[in-house]
Amino acid sequence: MSFLELEDLTLRHGLLEAVHGVSLELGEGEVLALVGANGAGKTTLLRGLAGAHRPAAGRILLDGRDITRMPAYKRVHIGIALVPEGRRLFANLTVEENLRVAACNPGRGHWTLERVLEAFPMLGPLRRQRAATLSGGEQQATAIGRALMTNPRLLLLDEVSLGLAPIAIEAVYASLKAVLAEGTTVLLVDQDFTRAAAIAHRVVCMLEGRFVLEGKGSELTREQITEAYFGLGRTVETTA
Amino acid sequence: MNEPGTKIQRWTPVSSSFTSGFGLLIVALAFVPVVMGASIVQDLTTLLILVLMAVMWNALAGYGGLVSVGQQAYIGLGAYATVWFALQGVNPYWGMVLATVFCALVSVPLSFIVLRFRGAQFAIGTWVVAEAIGIYVSFDNQLGAGTGTSLSQLDSYASTTREHITYWLTLGMTAFFVLLVFALLRSRLGASLQAIRDDEEAAASVGVSVLGGKRILFILASAGCGAAGAMTVANILFIEPTSIFSVNYSAFMIFMVLVGGLGTFEGPIIGAIILYFIQKQFGNDGTWYLIGLGSSAIVFALLFPRGLWGMLEERTGLRFMPVGYRVKRSASPHEAGP
Amino acid sequence: MNWVNDVIQGILLGGYYGIIACGLALMFGVMRIINLAHGDIAVLGAFLMYLLLQHWSVSPFIALLPVLPTMILFGYVLQRLVLQRSLRAGILTPLLATFGLSIVIQNALEQSFGPDVQSLGGQAGSLVTAAWRINSQISISALGGLTFGAAVAVYAALQLYLSRTPSGRQMRASAEDPDTAELVGINSRAVYARATAIAIGIATLGGLALALRSTFSSYSGPDQLIFAFEAVVIGGLGSSLWGALLGGIVLGVAQTIGSQINPEWSVLSGHIVFLLVLISPRGGLLTLRSGRRAPASLPQAGT
Repeated sequence: MSFLELEDLTLRHGLLEAVHGVSLELGEGEVLALVGANGAGKTTLLRGLAGAHRPAAGRILLDGRDITRMPAYKRVHIGIALVPEGRRLFANLTVEENLRVAACNPGRGHWTLERVLEAFPMLGPLRRQRAATLSGGEQQATAIGRALMTNPRLLLLDEVSLGLAPIAIEAVYASLKAVLAEGTTVLLVDQDFTRAAAIAHRVVCMLEGRFVLEGKGSELTREQITEAYFGLGRTVETTA
Repeated sequence: MNEPGTKIQRWTPVSSSFTSGFGLLIVALAFVPVVMGASIVQDLTTLLILVLMAVMWNALAGYGGLVSVGQQAYIGLGAYATVWFALQGVNPYWGMVLATVFCALVSVPLSFIVLRFRGAQFAIGTWVVAEAIGIYVSFDNQLGAGTGTSLSQLDSYASTTREHITYWLTLGMTAFFVLLVFALLRSRLGASLQAIRDDEEAAASVGVSVLGGKRILFILASAGCGAAGAMTVANILFIEPTSIFSVNYSAFMIFMVLVGGLGTFEGPIIGAIILYFIQKQFGNDGTWYLIGLGSSAIVFALLFPRGLWGMLEERTGLRFMPVGYRVKRSASPHEAGP
Repeated sequence: MNWVNDVIQGILLGGYYGIIACGLALMFGVMRIINLAHGDIAVLGAFLMYLLLQHWSVSPFIALLPVLPTMILFGYVLQRLVLQRSLRAGILTPLLATFGLSIVIQNALEQSFGPDVQSLGGQAGSLVTAAWRINSQISISALGGLTFGAAVAVYAALQLYLSRTPSGRQMRASAEDPDTAELVGINSRAVYARATAIAIGIATLGGLALALRSTFSSYSGPDQLIFAFEAVVIGGLGSSLWGALLGGIVLGVAQTIGSQINPEWSVLSGHIVFLLVLISPRGGLLTLRSGRRAPASLPQAGT
């Protein structure tokens, strides 16, 4: 039994089908990078997994348990956390409050306020500052820290490096390594393919709501990815 | 934007025949005093006033998204302005027309105050304005202060003549405002109001004047409620500030529109007819009657937000008054939209 | 010297308006809804205490002990059964539903208790008559001082709750972004029910203050709602918690000074100050910031 299973998952925005019946299996501790152009359905898929977007069809199973209809906050309690696109911090709360407000499942994992501040050293001096005043990189670090405070077993990261300065991306990825060392299962979406592939065990490429290419990060060539990314090689089909 | 095989329709055969039917109905109603007795004429006057109030409240809430709990301000002003004009020696019936115009004029500066509010804030903001006006009127000794006043100038008419003129004027006013709303919704403004109701920010971003559209509705509804107030004083002859400025008028309007169908053209009229019969049946039961109205408002708001007419329209696709557009597909019977 | 006394009395009266406004501001701040039955709920609380005092001759403060938890529970259930459902249906529905509720409560009270005005002042003993006389013109009534003290205590307690407790932090997070709050494990429905329960608990305190300081009847609710709303708007529409108390004080002072000019002008001068604040360029003593932001954070139907 896999840790996470998607069976023919379909997600719609009104009449527009954003994700067309995708299936996927993910083992515990695996790191999967999801790549694809804008509008390929990556964000929608992640929001569907987190419970923020109700699937139109298909099933989501965690540890073999069907959680397709489970509300978002309950999924957090069983260990799914999303770092949403655009960070979505609580702007009027301080950094520390943003972290504390997410503290649940204290018995389960390794993450506490102190540990998060250790993993993201840049946040220490900012603890009492309102989140609205942070730079992009600091916000992203807070957002990841906030997700970690829920002690997730499955961490969903959406557009980690979008809108960040190169040096901030460097820092965020450096901290992510500390997270990966904990053995957390991660599903990562990033425009920056090279970085995402470097820390992922497996890469899945999405195009127009479907999985079109899948392979080990180290095995896939840049050409294969580019083709799948832009839909040049339409004949390539996923085997998953 | 028209795809081949689709047609934009405003008039369906049913709706065009119904619209001419509406004209015939008004003509028929105009003959009621000639053939019917006095009690029916008075009952119909009451019903027409309810229709006018419901249609005006629906214009605000259903088309402008403006839930007002303060339309009694204009009902009271319309009634008191009628009395005031009569005191100045104006013929009371002309006074009623002037009072309607007066309410429209008063609402222009007031719109600059209350339209700063949005949503729920608008509701109480209008209510405060109504309270303030009500208190102010109750200070005026010439208008009977807190104890009320009657429109004694109407005593110079024989009672039958008075009832008939009041009825005809009410019919004329109601028909005028109903047709005004109808025309407004079919104009360019109607389309922009629709856009505002669907998504205010999006409408503003494509250049729809959100505030302008709302202001026109606000002024229209003020004039209409002013007319309803003027007709009320003609119908019941005696008014006092606490009852003519009572928030219960808002309760009635909300009930009629919610039960009939918020944002539909026909719904408020249906709602008015329903309220009229409920009032006739249970109006003397005071508190129980109001508890019933309040509970139905809750139930309809939560469970049947489309109201009776909205549900009927959904079931049957019937639409009598063509204020919206519908896309007709000749190729596929599949309906667009959720 | 008389003016000084008026201002002091106005400030004390503002304490009452502050209490009544507090729950309204909390619900607006957290859920962006204005509960049009807020005043009627305060009056309902007053009538429940009146009902108890009919059977037991105890102090109204003792009567508060069973009534307060009852009303808090009522608030919780009201949110779960009625308001939560209305939140999902867009901006207009909570308004219409709470207006319906207001009509129902008023007339149910009228049906149960009749049209007479009531007061609990008589059962409160010396508290109502005692006063602290500073000089020949200025005196502070014990009740006025107590009400004002209670108002400050209520605001301070709420402030502590919101800023220091996990539950309060969750409430602030849900108020700001309910969708994201769900994504960090917060059950926003439970948070909303807690907010309404607290708001109605505070309204009940307001009901007691009303019943002690003046008379009330089944139709007193709308006036209390309007005063509460005026206080909230004058104080800047929920842009800061203490704003509503400040707004209440401004309203209280305006009414007291108005009534000195002409006894009939008390309420009207409050309305006029409210409208003046509204048309002033800044529109609110603090800011209108959160008022402008409101529609974006209101739950929308459909999506």
